[in-house]
Amino acid sequence: MKTWIGKQQALIDFTLSSLSRRKLKNFGLLLVYALIVFLLASVMLFTHALRREAALVLKNTPEVIVQRMVAGRHDLIPPGYIEKLGRIRGVQHIEGRLWGYFYDPVVRANYTFMAPTAGTINEIQIADSEIVIGAAVARERGLEHGNLISFRSYTGKLFVFTVASVLPHDAELVSADLVLLNPADYRAFFGIPADHYTDIALSVANPQEVRNIAAKLSETLPDARLILREEVLRTYESIFNWREGIVLVLLSGSILAFAIFAWEKASGLSAEEKREIGILKAIGWETGDVLKMKFWEGALVSLTAFLLGYVAAYWHVFHFSTALFEPVLKGWSVLYPRFELVPVVDGFQVATLFFFTVFPYTVATIVPIWRAAITDPDAVMRG
Amino acid sequence: MIKLTNIRKAYNQGQHNEFWALNGIDLDIEANKVTALSGPSGSGKSTLLSIVGCMARPTSGRVQLAGRDISGLPERFLTDIRRSTFGFIFQQYNLIKGLSARDNVMLPAYPLGGDWRALHERADMLLDTFKLGHRCHAPVEWLSGGEQQRVAIARALINDPLVVIADEPTANLDTVLSREFLSILESLKQQGKTILLSSHDSLVVESSVVDRVVRLRDGHLPEAAE
Repeated sequence: MKTWIGKQQALIDFTLSSLSRRKLKNFGLLLVYALIVFLLASVMLFTHALRREAALVLKNTPEVIVQRMVAGRHDLIPPGYIEKLGRIRGVQHIEGRLWGYFYDPVVRANYTFMAPTAGTINEIQIADSEIVIGAAVARERGLEHGNLISFRSYTGKLFVFTVASVLPHDAELVSADLVLLNPADYRAFFGIPADHYTDIALSVANPQEVRNIAAKLSETLPDARLILREEVLRTYESIFNWREGIVLVLLSGSILAFAIFAWEKASGLSAEEKREIGILKAIGWETGDVLKMKFWEGALVSLTAFLLGYVAAYWHVFHFSTALFEPVLKGWSVLYPRFELVPVVDGFQVATLFFFTVFPYTVATIVPIWRAAITDPDAVMRG
Repeated sequence: MIKLTNIRKAYNQGQHNEFWALNGIDLDIEANKVTALSGPSGSGKSTLLSIVGCMARPTSGRVQLAGRDISGLPERFLTDIRRSTFGFIFQQYNLIKGLSARDNVMLPAYPLGGDWRALHERADMLLDTFKLGHRCHAPVEWLSGGEQQRVAIARALINDPLVVIADEPTANLDTVLSREFLSILESLKQQGKTILLSSHDSLVVESSVVDRVVRLRDGHLPEAAE
């Protein structure tokens, strides 16, 4: 064992001396390699953290949302609708919700207007003519506590609100574009009659029963569309997967270019390298020793690049809010949320990235050496 | 110490450019002596050195090292014998450019995985012996021809071999450096090394250091001169 370690130490030492001979070329390769790992790891770390964040946020949302459909379009919940639901066993809590979208031509952005309901993150009391706004809205309109702001409703009437508060920064991922107002103001602003709601939120006593209850609801209310929390989670999942895919497709050109460059660098043996392999064999190196030395060369370059790229990506995602991919990955058109994700590293994801970056390069370094390494050692003598 | 029996060696055997470099060589190489192979270019000197040094196998015939037949051994065993028994000094020195003199000297010992500190000390000691201690960190391409050859000699000795094989060692040296090489050869001989070299340099062949000259022509031994 001691001999084996000594041998590997010697081979690594030789490899480092050997690599340092072409400093500029190898440093350039290392830099490009680390950049590719950085880009890939940034996308993977960010989407993974975002998925996790979304799952945590949705944990507190209702299990089932009921929307009423008219001619295939989402319509308001009429009076008497909620009462029908109360008779279904297993439904623990029912609440009519009021929310909708408002386009603000001043900043050309859509806001989400919402009347707070119990059991959500927005469970707060808001006085008449007051609003609570998300951080991105506050930023875009330059608002703070106590400021006045007017919105012209879809009926053409002007409404003036006082900013009661700005929602905390740490909830920005889900509240960036939010404007909260009390139910009476909401109804007046959008012209929604009393006892009408946008949709209904249901909580279910036993989460295992969600699908059975959904089936019963479908029978009772044939005109209703049911949105289950688990389905929302799945949709989020696929949206983030899709966005991740888009970025990876955009990156694929550069990845391919790097792959060709790395393959050429790793596999193309110069006459000088072939001569060196011949010398090593002539002075007593076995074919296996040459291959091990080349293995260490590939492994040292790719491992260093992997570590550099991954650590840089970690900083990029969790300390600089993924500044490079913000427009594609976060998905808001105008109001970008500013938030810092909770650092989370998935072992499987690290292993996948490792396998697709370190492994191919190391193999590309060794395989072509094989042919050169099995040449007769006396070639040097004859040369 | 080394006994060659009816050694024949063909290159590109069975092809249109088949060439027989050695044609039935019988030779005994004595231990602790300096044996010189002499002859014109293409006479088979380098091929014979390759076969003795376990770098190549003969097409037919037997090579015995200290009574053991090594001509049929697989590459792995031949490599093992090559690095433990033989040290090589090549005509073009065959040093690896960009590496320091000390790194070049240590190269044959790397695959053995011995004590790292001891290896460094041994390399430094050899470089000191050949008056190259002050140049140990210099890349070999910065060294003069004579210095490069001394690095090559130090490299040949790093694994403390029984036999030193030198192929045309003075071909790229002037008279002064050639004499210097011969004095190194003398000291190696005094240390008990067996030396086999090829040369058509009269300075070497006629030197008193050389105990025996074996003349080769067209892959044969037309005569042997003591």
